[in-house]
Amino acid sequence: MTAPVLQVTGLAHRFGAREVLRSVDLSVESGEVFGLLGPNGSGKSTLLNLLTGSIPLSAGEVRLDGVLLRPESRELRRAIGVVFQSPSLDGKLTVRENLRLVATMYGLTGAARRDAEERGLALARLGDRADSRVQELSGGMKRRLDIARALLPAPRVLFMDEPTAGLDEVSFRALWEHLEAANRRDGVTIVVSTHRPDEAARCSRVAVVDQGTIVRVATPAALCAGLARDRVVVGASDATGLAARLTAALGVDAAAVGDEVHVGCDDGHVFVPRLFEVAQPGEVRTVAVRRPDLADAFLALTGRSLESDTTGEAA
Amino acid sequence: MNHAADAELFGAPGSRTARAPISALRQELGVIHALWLRDTLRLIRERSRWLGLVAQPLMLWGILGAGFADSFHIPGYEDVSSLQYMFPGILGMVLLFTSIFSTMSVIEDRQSGFLQGVLVVPASRASLVLGKTAGVTTIVLVQSALFMLAAPLAGYAWGAVHWGTLLAVILLANTALTCANFVFAWVLNSTQAYHALMSVVLMPLWMISGAMFPPPSGWFGVVVAANPMTYGVAGLRAALGVPAGDAPSLAVSLAVLVGSAGLSLVAAIAATRRR
Repeated sequence: MTAPVLQVTGLAHRFGAREVLRSVDLSVESGEVFGLLGPNGSGKSTLLNLLTGSIPLSAGEVRLDGVLLRPESRELRRAIGVVFQSPSLDGKLTVRENLRLVATMYGLTGAARRDAEERGLALARLGDRADSRVQELSGGMKRRLDIARALLPAPRVLFMDEPTAGLDEVSFRALWEHLEAANRRDGVTIVVSTHRPDEAARCSRVAVVDQGTIVRVATPAALCAGLARDRVVVGASDATGLAARLTAALGVDAAAVGDEVHVGCDDGHVFVPRLFEVAQPGEVRTVAVRRPDLADAFLALTGRSLESDTTGEAA
Repeated sequence: MNHAADAELFGAPGSRTARAPISALRQELGVIHALWLRDTLRLIRERSRWLGLVAQPLMLWGILGAGFADSFHIPGYEDVSSLQYMFPGILGMVLLFTSIFSTMSVIEDRQSGFLQGVLVVPASRASLVLGKTAGVTTIVLVQSALFMLAAPLAGYAWGAVHWGTLLAVILLANTALTCANFVFAWVLNSTQAYHALMSVVLMPLWMISGAMFPPPSGWFGVVVAANPMTYGVAGLRAALGVPAGDAPSLAVSLAVLVGSAGLSLVAAIAATRRR
């Protein structure tokens, strides 16, 4: 029986009087892509900052391969790579120079350093931009380079804090294919924080983080399993009122989320015609039927929307 | 503690072949080397910016030195022209400006995320400070060499300069200034506050260091004597071969410089440990 690569028990943190994390327990197996899904302000960034030693740990224990370690200890830092919210790159220097800095920082010299530079260029797929300054790269390229930077010392665990924030859809997909390839090829364990349901869906397991606690840890499929088969999303002028009327008249599970009503039901095609029997003429602006995703699972688990923070930019 | 992670450092992607672990010393030297390399690369990349930090003081020297040429009379310095008197002080200004502008990057690095990437490397905070100091030292040495090209114009023959002493004074003064500014940058963590500190504290300290005029006696003299920059400028003067009559001796200057360099180095390391 091998110990999990990363095991966290009883982690807690407060900023002054505000409790940001409460008794967090986590266990991440080697080779997993582990997601921390929660809205902005749920505490997932603080959790990553504690695990990577960026904030001193005040309560709780962290074990790496079963060995108890202080997160700021060198033993732990030797085993991890971190992709922070803002890339750890020098924009004034070229792609190759940035990689040279990282290789040098990890103690490589001569041929070993040059090898590492080439490996980093291949890893970031930026061979043809080796001599471009980083500030001239697109957001997606910068992210790839930053991930290559973090992977260069071949860490056991790669931590990433909202790595796709600000990326367009194409870069998002390309980046994840890139990450999944690194995960398959090197077996690097990935722990990623996100508020995007489509990003969490790519993880092997997801911890649902809400208001400083872990509500549930399960595979994306298991998280969605308890939900009704269809999700009908109704854009309406008075979402709260319509949700109440739908629940009363049709006995369905309807909830107002912003200016939309979310209805979980097993037969969307049966529900939609009946919706118009209840709604006032002109009240319904849009109707969409889709499969439930992790945003719906989050809502069902916590009663809160993943997009509850205004700074969010969920897909 | 020696778990599997050590052996896996720098395993090539595609293979999990174990490599020799990187020793702790190599790791520390690596961080120092990398940060030095970064400042050196940026010096090459932004040549004009750093040249400006030499050209601007040189211009100031030319204007003030020439402007005061007729009115400049200091007892005890009868055969020293204003151009000659101000030259070492202006060299001190080059050191000050360079250390101020290069440690400003500490604030930018904290905000951009670059520094987080350095802090997660398994090395000590001392290496972070030493690497930065090494980088600034290289920039300062290049700038001082360029500045010294103008020495004969100020009446300092290259043959008469005590180069060894000059190098020692520059290295010590630069370490003291860079580490002190590192502390300010780290603690203030805001470019605006850092700029304010520069104009309210650092520039006035330079002005009363004997750079522009010899310290008068009385309370003002006490302030000048308490100013560490006074000893840097006195050291530069002595190295250039025209020591100031009533200024601190070279031995005293060097002693104070060693003390300030050591103190600010310790303070800078302590500041980074505190986060």
